[in-house]
Amino acid sequence: MSIPQDLKYTKSHEWVRLEEDGSATIGITQHAQELLGDMVFVETPGVGRTLKQGEECAVVESVKAASDVYAPIAGEVIAINPELESAPEKINQDAYAAWLFKLKPANVADLDNLLDYAAYRKMLESEET
Amino acid sequence: MLIFEHSRPGRRNYSQSPGATADVTGIPPDLMRKTPPMLPEVSEMDAVRHYTRLSQKNFSIDTQFYPLGSCTMKYNPRACNSLAMLPQFLARHPRAPESTGQGFLACMYELQEILKDVTGMAGVCLTPMAGAQGELIGIAMIRAYHESRGDSARTEIIVPDAAHGTNPATAVMCGYKVVEIATDKEGDVDMDALKAAVGPQTAGLMLTNPSTLGVFEKNVAEMSKIVHQAGGLLYYDGANLNAILGKVKPGDMGFDVIHINLHKTFSTPHGGGGPGSAPVGVAPRLLPFMPVPVVAYEDEKYRWLTEKEIPQSIGRLSAHMGNAGVLLRAYVYVRLLGAEGMHRVAEFAALNANYLMVELRKAGFELAYPTRRASHEFIVTLKDLKEKTGVTAMNVAKRLLDKGFHAPTTYFPLLVPECLLIEPAETESKETLDAFVAAMKEILEEALTQPDLVKSAPHNTPVRRLDDVKAARELDLAWKQSLTRTATESPTLNAIPTVTPS
Repeated sequence: MSIPQDLKYTKSHEWVRLEEDGSATIGITQHAQELLGDMVFVETPGVGRTLKQGEECAVVESVKAASDVYAPIAGEVIAINPELESAPEKINQDAYAAWLFKLKPANVADLDNLLDYAAYRKMLESEET
Repeated sequence: MLIFEHSRPGRRNYSQSPGATADVTGIPPDLMRKTPPMLPEVSEMDAVRHYTRLSQKNFSIDTQFYPLGSCTMKYNPRACNSLAMLPQFLARHPRAPESTGQGFLACMYELQEILKDVTGMAGVCLTPMAGAQGELIGIAMIRAYHESRGDSARTEIIVPDAAHGTNPATAVMCGYKVVEIATDKEGDVDMDALKAAVGPQTAGLMLTNPSTLGVFEKNVAEMSKIVHQAGGLLYYDGANLNAILGKVKPGDMGFDVIHINLHKTFSTPHGGGGPGSAPVGVAPRLLPFMPVPVVAYEDEKYRWLTEKEIPQSIGRLSAHMGNAGVLLRAYVYVRLLGAEGMHRVAEFAALNANYLMVELRKAGFELAYPTRRASHEFIVTLKDLKEKTGVTAMNVAKRLLDKGFHAPTTYFPLLVPECLLIEPAETESKETLDAFVAAMKEILEEALTQPDLVKSAPHNTPVRRLDDVKAARELDLAWKQSLTRTATESPTLNAIPTVTPS
């Protein structure tokens, strides 16, 4: 299973990357897209919206189900991925490239209470059994 | 091919055309039609062949085994249809006075009484027109109850994560916040999660029993106690009532409101075959809030009760008597069954499901909840098969079509990966169930030896595999026509979009 080592993860299968400019990029994991199957629709939060950690803020809809995406950390939405509106399948093609939105973190320390690579991998392995 | 594609200008079925021209004097000129209606112009034989051909391409309960989990696709007895189609019922105007519709009202009243008895509730309203509307009415009554007591701090409805998606949607539509609670490894509601979620903010709990996981909830009595002690009410989603019909009453379990899907449990045609109907039953404390109309029997006469008699009613949510034709079919069905027959529905539904479950396990399929007995349905998971062969639950479902069976429900409930939810219903014979097991066994062997055959199924159906991703992304259900006409000419078709399955 390919899980990038430089990202942070949530129990609800979102990933976060802290960028050099201090912003945070957020998407759903390879495992999440595999469970959901072919994506048909992505609803992203509006730019400027302020999110609390754990808040429902986006929806990914596949042929099987619609699933909520939760904000891994608190912050203000500063960008959404414009590609996903017309090409939601990009999430299926590469879940770690097809980001959903970017946040200006309210508190960078929020990242510390997320899962790191090893913890997320361990969680997936325990789900397998 | 669409019926419009058979259309030729001027072609008619004269023998069935209306004879005399109707008298149209008195209709204001601005309401008169200026152009002919856009109707296909075909002969009687064209029409008969067209619809017969379509029916032959269809999968239906009249032609094939239809084990679609959570949908209760049982056989619809012909008697229900023919009696509901008596000309006196068909010709009855919904606004005719009570005095000329006593027979119809008697049927509705008796149906109300029978449903009250079988669910253990104090009142039943027949008018909700589908399960989702029944839910909406049920939760709206729970809200009206709390509000009537000035209990406005109750803002949450608790819904187990195994529930049908309509449950949380209903709660949100009624202005509540949804609190989702988890399922434990055995498939029951996690009691610790329930205890943690309940409080003075709880308006109610929506429970489906047996659950969508195909198991009877073990702790219903305790759940009922916990929610009631906190001041919340209990909603029973009757989607799976077939499994307990005539055996145990939701009213006895402490439920305050229930909806019953007549189109499932009471065998009225559905799934493209007819409209739904979802009567709602209530406990005594919710009687003042029932939607109208309901039918009463007083002084040897049947009559409607309206807002006059039920002033706190949440109101009228359906026109007239709801789906009256469906209610009549359900009425005939319950009269044919009688109390004795209702027991047998639940017994044979559970027997068929458990037999099928055991036989499929013997054939090599993995059960999602192997320690549990099936209710009226059960779940097979193909997670290991997918890992080994790449063959998914959807592939197996498509291959079943090739073998003459309707597919079970796929990928629902979401809690179980690569799942098939299988519900045989009580009307199927052992021979049919055995034939289904044999087909599933063949598919399992094909998955192991020639997986591409299964992955590219179906091969024998009138339409091959559809592009469900494209269908979901570019949803287009409307027939678009392009017609030119003048006031004197009949419509002529210019171009018709063709439907090409990919």
